[in-house]
Amino acid sequence: MSQIETPEPQLYAKREPIFPRRVKGRFRNLKWWIMGVTLAIYYITPWLRWDRGPNLPDQAVLVDLANRRFFMFWIEIWPQEFYFVAGLLIMAGLGLFLFTSALGRVWCGYACPQTVWTDLFILVERWIEGDRNARVRLWNDRWSLRKWRLRLFKWAVWLLIAVATGGAWVFYFADAPTLLADMLAGQAALVAYISVAVLTATTFFFGGFFREQICIYACPWPRIQAAMMDEDTLTVAYRDWRGEPRGKLRTIDNADQGDCIDCMACVNVCPMGIDIRNGQQMECITCALCIDACDEVMDRIDKPRGLIGYLAATDEAAERAGTPPRKVWKHIFRPRTVAYTLIWGAIGLGLLVALFIRSDIDVSVAQIRNPVSVVLSDGAVRNAYDVRLKNMQGEARTFRISIDTDDVLRLSIEGSEGLSVVVPPDSTYNQRMYITARPQDAAASTARTALRLWVEDVQSGDRAYADSAFNGRVQ
Amino acid sequence: MARKPEKKPDVGTTGHEWDGIEELNNPLPRWWLWSFYATIVWALLYTVAYPAWPLISGATPGVLGYSSRAELAADIAAFDAENAPLEARLVSLELDQIADDPEVGNFARAGGAAVFRTVCAQCHGAGAGGAPGFPNLLDDDWLWGGDLNAIYTTIKNGIRDEADPDARFSQMPAFGEFLTRDEIRALTQHVLNISGQENDSTLAATGAELFADNCASCHGSAGTGDREQGAPNLTDAIWLWGNTPEAIATTITNARFGVMPSWQSRLTEAQIRQVAVFVHQQGGGE
Ligand code: SF4
Ligand code: SF4
Repeated sequence: MSQIETPEPQLYAKREPIFPRRVKGRFRNLKWWIMGVTLAIYYITPWLRWDRGPNLPDQAVLVDLANRRFFMFWIEIWPQEFYFVAGLLIMAGLGLFLFTSALGRVWCGYACPQTVWTDLFILVERWIEGDRNARVRLWNDRWSLRKWRLRLFKWAVWLLIAVATGGAWVFYFADAPTLLADMLAGQAALVAYISVAVLTATTFFFGGFFREQICIYACPWPRIQAAMMDEDTLTVAYRDWRGEPRGKLRTIDNADQGDCIDCMACVNVCPMGIDIRNGQQMECITCALCIDACDEVMDRIDKPRGLIGYLAATDEAAERAGTPPRKVWKHIFRPRTVAYTLIWGAIGLGLLVALFIRSDIDVSVAQIRNPVSVVLSDGAVRNAYDVRLKNMQGEARTFRISIDTDDVLRLSIEGSEGLSVVVPPDSTYNQRMYITARPQDAAASTARTALRLWVEDVQSGDRAYADSAFNGRVQ
Repeated sequence: MARKPEKKPDVGTTGHEWDGIEELNNPLPRWWLWSFYATIVWALLYTVAYPAWPLISGATPGVLGYSSRAELAADIAAFDAENAPLEARLVSLELDQIADDPEVGNFARAGGAAVFRTVCAQCHGAGAGGAPGFPNLLDDDWLWGGDLNAIYTTIKNGIRDEADPDARFSQMPAFGEFLTRDEIRALTQHVLNISGQENDSTLAATGAELFADNCASCHGSAGTGDREQGAPNLTDAIWLWGNTPEAIATTITNARFGVMPSWQSRLTEAQIRQVAVFVHQQGGGE
């Protein structure tokens, strides 16, 4: 047993506030662009209009939960076509695998909503309260009128962004202009207000106050993503063989001195509050802001860039020995990433093909099995079926129903003299149908006769079929 | 990945050591602790607000007075209130006009299906296909008539229900008391003959005379039955008790017949109408 010399362990720690410094550089620029584009997509999409004719919503992207439809520009997805959504989700997952295996947690660093909104909130904070030093000073100041003013103003702007964010979400689920007018008039559904309130509160709190705590403690992705990385993955790392031993510029004029001048720029810009020079850490979201910060310093002290850079473990030994870094594309094109890309492409292609060959009629038949068949007074045998017809077009269509068997069977449709059914626009229609075999027909005394039910659009001639069977009177 | 993580200089150990392995002290964030306490407080408040603590007979009711039974009762009341105008229309319409009104028609069919599953399915089967002794309601053969009014009357007043004076009543004598075994066998062959089934023609000829004397008054001289009296048509392919010679002979000997309760005391007028519409719509209605 070692003697306990360490102080009494602290089991719970206060969050250390982080005041990321402003930084300029190529990765920061890329991050600004991605932030701008993703936010624009999120806020603007529900307002795009798409004319679908009189019976359908005119919103380009709409998740219509009440009618169980998903509209996306010219594509309309019905519940039975949910494989499109599943396919897109699988593609999103594979895309994440691909990017993670090539470039580490780039999703976390650039595109994750938590990162994007936190970045936006930090931008607002910097605009109102000043850069890092001013913010640290303000944090340590007593509560004065000025501090209150700045804080309240900052919170107000955050709240505005949060309301816009929560608001944008509900517009994906209803006609945006109508819903906005209803919400302002206080007439929208309660669930809309609750959704907006919950999303506003979470955006405000997670983006403004919780920030990196979500990434470190609440989010499962860091753990999962780490499992998709291997030694060829490019991640943000500090080239310690070049930087160490670090020391203040000019104070140590020593040939042994490394390139790191211990200026802490990399630490000060890090939104996760870590020191990348301590090596790869779970907290690092590979946002590469420390690369920008250090490159700026290297430029100033006339040293080559890349003291902190994207680096793969396989190259570490070689680079340590003095060979220049390998080309980026050589890290990115490897069997693993190529395989992900191929699978991703194959699924995408499959979905595209499915999209173009899908029919806008759909028919399914359920044979009524309770009872299996009914004997009529003249000895004829009758079976009942529930036919479900889907008309995925914006206007009502007339479908003619017919059956195709080797045997003479008579078809009749409940509530109608003829054999055609009018299906209202854009809906699923249930129709009870009967098939009868006369006593002398073979099917009447055969246990099971296979049959195919055809549905044909009277105008366009489009056809669809479903297979079923006829059950005779079994003696 | 590029390098082994170094121990952060400011992270001490907890002082625990097992076989030379020390435990780094990476404390949980404080908010985590407070969230944990908050869940405990929430749980306690929840058990005060809602029914929770088990007592000897029941549980604490909770200060909010919530109960799932009360909620259900409120839901049912709300639906009843919503359906009241439809129900009023259903009762005011002529029976054969109901199906023409799309709204009331749908309401009647949906409600009728529910009533059927609740009170009729026990005898007539969940799919209304019947069973020996319990008529199949899907076919086109009706003992008392298959139009909406006939079905409605049957449901309302029942069949052979002693308690309802308006119940439909048919009574076939048990011919075992009047006829000999041979006579019954001959009658059976005649019945097989008129329904187009295999039979012994000599016996059937004897049976035809017996039929004219004993049976024709109810079943008609041709055996086609009489709906006024609920006498089944003996010439068709549908047999309530079976079409084998044994089944027919048993029926002649013992005169079996079923009983259906009168539902007017147990179902509302609207429910009776609903289930009548539903049965009528199942493929057999006239
Ligand atoms: S260490 Fe660098 S890459 Fe990692 S989170 Fe911090 S700034 Fe971003
Ligand atoms: S920014 Fe570069 S030079 Fe400055 S401390 Fe970080 S690694 Fe060293």
